[in-house]
Amino acid sequence: MFLDDAFRVKVGLAEMLKGGVIMDVTNAEQARIAEKAGAVAVMALERVPADIRREGGVARMAPIRKIREIMEAVSIPVMAKCRIGHFMEARILEALGVDYIDESEVLTPADEEHHVDKRAFKVPFVCGARNLGEALRRIAEGAAMIRTKGEAGSGNVVEAVRHMRAIQREIRQLTVMGKEELAAEAKRLGAPLELVEWVAEHGRLPVPNFSAGGIATPADAALVMQLGAEAVFVGSGIFKSEDPEARARAIVKAVTYYNDPQKLLEASEELGMGMPGLDVAHLPESQRLAVRGW
Amino acid sequence: MRRVGVLALQGDFEAHGKALEQAGARPVMVRRVTELDGLDALVIPGGESTTMLRLLEDEGMFEALRVFGRQRPILGTCAGAILLAGEVTNPPQPSLGLMDIVVERNAYGRQLESRVVRLEPEPEFARAAGEGELEAVFIRAPIIRRTGPNVRVYARYLGDPVLVAEGRHMAATFHPELSADRRVHRLFVEQVERGAATAG
Repeated sequence: MFLDDAFRVKVGLAEMLKGGVIMDVTNAEQARIAEKAGAVAVMALERVPADIRREGGVARMAPIRKIREIMEAVSIPVMAKCRIGHFMEARILEALGVDYIDESEVLTPADEEHHVDKRAFKVPFVCGARNLGEALRRIAEGAAMIRTKGEAGSGNVVEAVRHMRAIQREIRQLTVMGKEELAAEAKRLGAPLELVEWVAEHGRLPVPNFSAGGIATPADAALVMQLGAEAVFVGSGIFKSEDPEARARAIVKAVTYYNDPQKLLEASEELGMGMPGLDVAHLPESQRLAVRGW
Repeated sequence: MRRVGVLALQGDFEAHGKALEQAGARPVMVRRVTELDGLDALVIPGGESTTMLRLLEDEGMFEALRVFGRQRPILGTCAGAILLAGEVTNPPQPSLGLMDIVVERNAYGRQLESRVVRLEPEPEFARAAGEGELEAVFIRAPIIRRTGPNVRVYARYLGDPVLVAEGRHMAATFHPELSADRRVHRLFVEQVERGAATAG
């Protein structure tokens, strides 16, 4: 499946985004600020996750007019979100011509059993995951990029760290297992054996592995890169801060120089207050976005 | 073994690192001006050219790359080809001006127009690098709209040049680093070896 040209083209764009920052934006002006600051792509949204969380209600695909306005404003790739399982929102986004679709737990799920059959689309998909089993189920459905779910709109990196560590730990464990153990492990993970064997042999996911959900500072971005993320999504963290432009540039720099504390110090130096954060430990289950998706 | 830098600010620099190893060179990741010292050549990978420009300018590396390119070979793929160009359109943006080519960004369209194709390279490429069709992975690719008189065209797709060379530099609008065929990287490394031999 990974040798198929159609799938390689989908993964190809994810390869080009590596070492970069994908920023949530809600209008053309924010999109231009993000591009100028060095974003590798933007995620076109009606509301950033922090506002979705505050305002509640049903969160759907962004209005088409808004996504189109953002597509026309910048030359970098534009992504948009569809609800989990809402393959018709996905079809509309594909017809619009967005560069990537995020089948996202940040929106209200449309189907509580099934995710979108992403192999049936020409446009590539990214999906969230909390652990290796979830990541491999999404890849089996056709996702060409995985990101940690973290806890979107929280400004708290703890869940993104938990998810990235879980995925990396489970990958490492597979690499030391015997062949007969892999079948049992595939059953435990709820993932296809073929994919489990691929990961065991290569020691990584078959698609790029990015991080999202709660990243608000250059230090947060560098932390998830250290833990094995290949690029970073920043949602509310930029445009909910005091200084979106400076923060966007600082996070871009932090992702490139995640191994260089001196550069990270420079990137963090001039920044004001980040977005207000939430203590995820005291967040009731009903308000957690990461538990959406199966 | 030649030390070939890979600009590692953003993009698929790791894929280029592996490709260079397979082509018989030693890759060195470059994120700072000082890391250009002592390199025999440089690869500018695929990625987002606007992001690379931002970081190059912030690190004071833009001018350093221009100086490097006046003395040493550079291979640019996709975003790298855009950075090497003499002129960039759609929209216009600064570039190193190391090759006499005009490049239009995202010229095939958005991601839905990305594709993998097999090309029959020009005879000059076949003579230098070996016979046989060449796989080309195009991702939101640019098109080379004009080439100067000294630019050699190694391969075309739908009539437009997609792999070109001028003096010591090479540019591809596709991603040879994402294919198994190593002829493009090998040709670049051989040229670096020859250049170093005559210079040294």
